[in-house]
Amino acid sequence: MPYTGEPNVHLLRPELGPVPARSLVSMRGISKSYGDRKILDSIDLDVASGEKVALIGASGSGKTTILRLAIGLVKPDEGTIFIDGDYLWHEQGPNGLRPAGERHARKVRRSLGIVFQHFNLFPHMTALQNVREPLMHTLGLAREESDARAIDLLNQVGLGEHLGKRPSQLSGGQQQRVAIARSLALRPKVMLFDEVTSALDPELVGEVLRIMRELAHATDMSMLIVTHEISFAADIADRVLMFDAGKVIEAGPPEQVLKNPEHMRTRQFLRAILER
Amino acid sequence: MSGFAWDWHFAWSIVPFLLTGAKLTIIATVLGSVIAFVLGMVWALIRMTQIRILAPIVGLFVEFIRGTPLLIQLYFLFYVLPTWGMSMPALTTGVIGLGLFYSAYAAEIYRAGIEELPVGQWEAALTMGLPLRRVWLGIVLPQAVRTVLPVLGNQVVAMFKETALLSTITVMELLAQAKNIGSIEFRYVEPLTLAGLFYLTISYVAARGLRRLETTHAVHG
Repeated sequence: MPYTGEPNVHLLRPELGPVPARSLVSMRGISKSYGDRKILDSIDLDVASGEKVALIGASGSGKTTILRLAIGLVKPDEGTIFIDGDYLWHEQGPNGLRPAGERHARKVRRSLGIVFQHFNLFPHMTALQNVREPLMHTLGLAREESDARAIDLLNQVGLGEHLGKRPSQLSGGQQQRVAIARSLALRPKVMLFDEVTSALDPELVGEVLRIMRELAHATDMSMLIVTHEISFAADIADRVLMFDAGKVIEAGPPEQVLKNPEHMRTRQFLRAILER
Repeated sequence: MSGFAWDWHFAWSIVPFLLTGAKLTIIATVLGSVIAFVLGMVWALIRMTQIRILAPIVGLFVEFIRGTPLLIQLYFLFYVLPTWGMSMPALTTGVIGLGLFYSAYAAEIYRAGIEELPVGQWEAALTMGLPLRRVWLGIVLPQAVRTVLPVLGNQVVAMFKETALLSTITVMELLAQAKNIGSIEFRYVEPLTLAGLFYLTISYVAARGLRRLETTHAVHG
């Protein structure tokens, strides 16, 4: 294997195979349980640079946990997570990998941005202040520079008119667009979308999906998208992974997984979604 | 039976004396509240961030304060500390005593406010890489303080009434003034009634104001 400058997972779990060279997110042998419930069972997952990956499956199948693991909100019981050149919970020591703590994880997760199902905007701040927050306080930019960039981002998501409004003064769709702008502020290499339209009234789903479509087409950002919007996934995903009971039971291009699924569970799931 | 008849002329003549007492009552309340709210925040943060060694000490301190009567604490500060060479003016002692006592309650109130914050707020703040200092000062505390503001307000009202205890350590606040007038003039009805009315009026107005604050803040944001 040619030298890529990236550490090799062989060091830790030789049986799992190497990290692909272009991979921005690589999970190997990830398992996670809550109590007796096994949420994820030895998952391998790669997201290449620029790749859009959709995660589908019934609720409780583990797909949201994948996103929370990727950004370090949850620690895996087993396995390694490799993000853009670094391990999330390990660092390179003289004798291979050794466990690392929260401080290290905080640096590594910088390459990722996440948009939550319930927006998680800061209610005591205006739209502008929400988007400005990471610019001023994570990047340490001056206020004028932060404001300029934040306004630009809010314009991109069509909210230039609402800079001074609090989240409580905005519709769900508008709030979620502010949240997207806020996540984009740090220019992440990988965006994680966690059922971002599930909490919205049906008539507001479209505006959020439109922004995400534009984003998917206009940027070379990688995206990891947990969604129940099947036609949206079919549209923008390069690859679809079907989760069931903590395992990926089917994976491939959308034409295959969504239009012509092999697995019985996938067919059942898609039928249930369409009949909803 | 002069003691039972209300004498308007006498009542009017003692108002200026009562007002000097009321001034001290208000000063003690304001300064005591400032100490209580600032120290309470310090205790809450030390306990919640689990700073080693300090956190259990603060925990013990808070339990101790909440488990003993304010009057004993005031006596201790006023009568015992000077024997150890630490003597302060009566008002200073009273303000510190009130501030410490209520800081223990404020700490618990802040803690409740912080714990009430939706976990999504922490997750958003942490995943965007905000420094911990900013997470606390910019995200967590502004929201937590806002939710507990009415409760803190009630503490101020409670403290306002408890300042009467300072009369026992020679602070010439409202109650002490009233008692003083009574013992000099052998008439207690007017001074005690007026003092009581003063407490009642301020507490009532404050409680009304707080209720309004509560309803406007119920709509978050």
